[in-house]
Formats: sequence, structure tokens, C-alpha cells
Amino acid sequence: MRTLLLLGDEAIAQAGIDAGMSGVYAYPGTPSTEITEYVRSSKEAHELGIVAKWCANEKTAAETALGMSYAGKRTMTCMKHVGLNVAADPFINSALTGTNGGLLFVVADDPSMHSSQNEQDSRFFGKFALLPILEPSNQQEAYDMVFEGFDLSERYKVPVMIRITTRLAHSRSGVVRKTSRKQNKLRLPESPLQFVLLPAVARKKYNTLLNTIGSFETEALSSPFNSFKDGHDKSMGIIACGLAYNYLMENYPDRNPPFPVLKICQYPAPAELFRDIHDHCESILVLEEGFPMIEELLKGLLASGKKIRGRLDGTIPRAGELNPTIVAEALGFPRQTITPIPSLVVPRPPSLCKGCPHIDSFLGLNEAIESYGKGRVFSDIGCYTLAALPPYESIYSCVDMGASITMAKGAADAGLKPAVAVIGDSTFTHSGITGLLDAVNDHSTITVIILDNATTAMTGGQPSAALNRIEAICKGVGVEENHIRVMKPLRKQHEYNTQILKEELEYDGVSVIIARRECIQTLNKRMREKFKDKTKS
Amino acid sequence: MKKDIILAGVGGQGILSIAAIIGYAAIESGLYLKQAEVHGMSQRGGDVQSHLRLSSEPIASDLIPYGKADLIISVEPMESLRYLPYLSQTGWLVTNSKPFVNMTNYPNPDDIMKELQQIPNSIVLDAEEIATEAGSIKSANMVILGAASPFLDIAYDNIEKAIHAVFGKKGEDVVAINLVALQSGRNIAEQSIKRP
Repeated sequence: MRTLLLLGDEAIAQAGIDAGMSGVYAYPGTPSTEITEYVRSSKEAHELGIVAKWCANEKTAAETALGMSYAGKRTMTCMKHVGLNVAADPFINSALTGTNGGLLFVVADDPSMHSSQNEQDSRFFGKFALLPILEPSNQQEAYDMVFEGFDLSERYKVPVMIRITTRLAHSRSGVVRKTSRKQNKLRLPESPLQFVLLPAVARKKYNTLLNTIGSFETEALSSPFNSFKDGHDKSMGIIACGLAYNYLMENYPDRNPPFPVLKICQYPAPAELFRDIHDHCESILVLEEGFPMIEELLKGLLASGKKIRGRLDGTIPRAGELNPTIVAEALGFPRQTITPIPSLVVPRPPSLCKGCPHIDSFLGLNEAIESYGKGRVFSDIGCYTLAALPPYESIYSCVDMGASITMAKGAADAGLKPAVAVIGDSTFTHSGITGLLDAVNDHSTITVIILDNATTAMTGGQPSAALNRIEAICKGVGVEENHIRVMKPLRKQHEYNTQILKEELEYDGVSVIIARRECIQTLNKRMREKFKDKTKS
Repeated sequence: MKKDIILAGVGGQGILSIAAIIGYAAIESGLYLKQAEVHGMSQRGGDVQSHLRLSSEPIASDLIPYGKADLIISVEPMESLRYLPYLSQTGWLVTNSKPFVNMTNYPNPDDIMKELQQIPNSIVLDAEEIATEAGSIKSANMVILGAASPFLDIAYDNIEKAIHAVFGKKGEDVVAINLVALQSGRNIAEQSIKRP
């Protein structure tokens, strides 16, 4: 079989293609974006007729995937950890409806918040939904687990979560492919009530799910992804979950630690799995990428038993991702002599690109709002969040997708005037429209600035869901037509734009200003491709 | 054989193309490889790094431990210093000397040079200038890669082959310029190694 050099994300995508997946649905979000990107640009996937779509948000993506599963086909939906918050409703409820064709929720967590507003451990979400979770420790396992995930999903008729983290998602390594499987044929669920969660049905379905947990545990006990290797030094037993296993092994060049090691990559992990290592070792060190899930379980509420070390007792920092150095210190290895970073080195935070339209929008807004004072602009998730930093310092919030409009409304209800929301076009269609409807219904005095750069820029320029339809949407929601203003954020239009902004800040009602100019990155990319085509012909 | 390399630069400077070429050459040479990249927010002009690990044996961690890197390859001088805690006591640092200034509090470039001079095994070169002589300022990356090539333990042929493979689509001219840039960087490194 051919070996490919793939990112963890790409390994999952290639595995989907090889495992007979019929569709992938997602909203872009670092570090999960490259899964769907890969399928979308794969010639093979295209020839196999695999549907690969960017959706309005993670909830619509997950529900579409559930619909494809209903029709009997294999599908996956991919998201970053905070995307699962958005898709939590279909995720939790699909555990009850169960599936028909295999269904995978691929969730990419971002410990250390490289490109996120929080760090979550999605294993807790999987546990909450009572579903099996697979957590690969390397790119090959990421590939293999897609096959195993579809098998588990079709065997027990439940969705399965694959949980990865940034370092696996964005790290490249050799992956050996398996023999390809055919896609499923269209096939309706056997029971017409399977997907109808009326209370009477849901109670039965919930009991069925509860009764299946034992089988999920049995699967975890016999899973090749969970393994135990004994060691002669019983002073410590080590439990390593997912990626943490690599950091453990990195510290033993012969890959042979003297301590007993339990590797956990499939959940729910039953008590029997831990019994041996717990009973035969004097203490336990738990290495987990994320929250102390296994550590908490082993420790128990009163921590009255064996010495359990990990993130809870400070052996490992409570926050942030693991690395081989942190694990080396937890194992008691002496510190390496290291050269410190010279004091003259200063941080280099990311910044808006040269020529970015947001720069002109924020310069205009800063001038227009100056007379009212600071603290009146709510913002959202995207490149424009960088306007919180100097030299702009224009915005005062960034919480979750769509929260700019609703928070501005809440502040306006409290009496703040003007209250401004700044939101990107893709974030607006993701979760901003419903908030705008609330504001219209209440005649709230808010000014919404939609930064329409015609793309989902931060994640690399995926298509925007409502290209050229933003005005129509605002009108449809009920914003008065003469308070839907469009401006082009350009240096030479600064005075004119500032004037528009000033007028709308004074208006006692909902107004929307669409600042429309294409993202400089996608524009440059388009121009390069155009030039390439020209030189070809 | 085992080489742990930190690639450093600023988002948009193209450190990933250096990684792609070393990666291709490593696979050609039958080595195992792991390469952790930075995607997302930092790519907007922030500091970016990539951990590139090559070995004749399977590799465990995607990240290099502190104090264990054999090589830092940087396309920006201040960024090369940011990753010093990763460099082993016997490791080499190869960096461009030309600052990339996209911030108001960038330190005095002379002070950066003084810091670099204190590192025992380092090669500091003006990659832009050498690349311009080679035919295109865009090949500065390949000058840096050439200067790092003596420390890679990968046959020089395989690196040239990788340049053909990665830049081939862009035409023979581009390949030729990049090969000259690579060789220029390598020559400078070889002279530096001879007279420490």
C-alpha cells in the first residue's frame, strides 16, 4: 500500500475517502479546517462523487451529516472544539436517535489556545453524550480510527467522536493506506420512529443507549488502540492518553520505559482497564492532552486512595498543551541545560495584513465614535478581532460566533447609546442573523457594521455563505431599507465613510452598515491564478 | 541518523516551503519524518515556527524537546533568537540577517547581531542580497536552506532533486535560480565552517 505524507487532518480526510464515506460537512475552524479542505480538493473524492461542503455553521453541518446517515450512507462532520458547542444540540440528540449509515463527529481541540478563545476537552462532551470516543496518538492511528469509527458506528448504530488536538491536526507524517471500501447504498432506517424523539420514543431510545454503554466499554477493553505494557519498576504506573503517549515515549529513546504503561486511545474506558496498573503500582502518573478526565476518575472526589499525579496536584500545569519537556519533568528527568531567550526578543503578535479592508473600516469607526468615548463596540470572531490591539484599539468584546450583535442589543437595552456591533460576513451568516432579528423585533438602538470581505478569511479563504446577499438578508429580517448602508473601506473614501458611520450612530433604531471590499489575501490569490491562466494560454 | 530542526520566521515569509523541500529530500533518502506546523491566526504576520524531525528510526513526539534541536533555520534574525531554548549545546543556528520589521518596538538590529555573535555555532547571512545576485530576491529562502544544508545529513543531490520537484511546476527558470541560490548559501556556510 502506498505511503502518503499527511497532516493529521489530512489523514482523517484521506481515510474518509478510503473508508467509503459519501459526504463531509463542516464550518471552517482552526485546527479542523484542513480535513474538509483536503476532501474538497481531492481528485479521488471528486471522482467518487463524495459531497464535501462548507455549511453556514457547525449545527447545520452536523444536522446535514445526520440526514445523510439517516439515508444509510457514511458521513463525517468536522469542527473545532468551540464548534461542537454550536453543534451540541444535534450531537447530544443524535446519540439518542442513533444512526443508520456510519456517522463521525471529528472534533479538533486547541489546548494552549493557539487560535481559539478557550481550551476545551471534547472528551467530556463525548462522555456527556454517552458516546464512544477515539483519540489518535499519531497520524497513522488518525487514519485507522476513521475505519474503526465507521465500523463502531454501524455496529452499534450510534455516532462516534474522533477527538484530535492541534499538534496532531497540524503535524505531518507518513501514513500507510488501507484497501478502499465501497460507499453504502441508499437505505432508509428500518424503524420509521427511529429518528422521532417524541418523549415516549426518546425514553425508549435513551434506555437503549444506556444499555449499550456496557458494549462500548467491552469494545474499549479489547481495542488494539488501548494497550498495556508491563515494566519492572512498580514505584509508578503511567497512564498516557492520545498524543501524550508520544511525549512519554520521546523520553525513552529505546521506547522501553521501566514503568508499567497503559495507553488509552479509546473511550469509554471501564474500571477493569485500570485495575491492574492501579493495584500493582505504588503511584500513578496520568498524562492527558486537555483536562484531567482520567485523573479525576481515578482520584475520586475525596482523593483518599492511592497517590495519583497529573494536572490536579501540580505535577503538570493545569492549563495548556503538553510537550515532551513537561512530560520529562513529570517523569523526574533532570532539566536540560538550555539557552534562555535573550531579553531583547519581543513578542510579535499577528496583525491585519497590509491593504486589509478592515484597517480602513476601523480607522473610520474610531473617528466617527470618538466623541462618544470608548467601550461601545462589541465584536466577534475573525481577523477583525485583531482590532482590539494597537494601533486600532477599536473593539471591546470577542466571545463567541455572533455575540457582537446580541451583546450590543443587551447593552443598548441597558441604556448604552450608541451600541455598536462589528461582525464579519461569514460570522454574520454563521450566527448573527438571528440576533439581528431579535434587535429588529425590539426596535433596539444598535448599529451593526458587517465587514464584508467576501470570504472566511482567518481560516484561509473559504467561501462566504451569503456572497452578495447580505443586504437582502438584512432587509428580509426587517431592517429598514434606508438604514442599510453600503460603504467601500478605502483610504480615499475615509471622510465619506466616517460621515455614513456618524449618521447611523445617531439613528434611534437598528441600522446596518456593510463595509464591502474583498479580502486582500483572496484578491492576491485570485490575481495570481488569473496571471497563471493567462501565461498558460 | 537523527536531526531535529526548528524552522522560524514571520507568518507569510514562507518557512513552510523550506520544510517542504527538506521533507521531500528526507523521504527520498528513506528517512522517517514528523513536521509540526503553525496554521491559523499566527499566519497573519505573527511569529511562526515549525518543528521538523528526521530520523532513520520511527519518531515519537511531533514536538522537539527543549535543548535537543540540532539546528535552527530562520529567515528572520530576531525570530532565530526566540527559539534558542530549543537549541542543543552543540547545535547550529543558521539565520538571515535582514530584519522583518512589522511592529513599532522592534529591537535595534545591531543589538540582535551582537546576540547572534555570542552563539558559538552560527551562520548569519544577508539572504536577500545573495538571492538578488542569484537572480531573484524570492529565492532568499533557498539561500538560507543552502547555508543550512551541510548540517542536514542529507545528500546534496536529494535536496536539488526536491527543488526540481517542488518548483518544477513554476518552470525551469525558477528551478535554475533556486538551485543557484541554494549553492550560494551552501558556499557561504562551508567557508564559515572552515574558519570559525
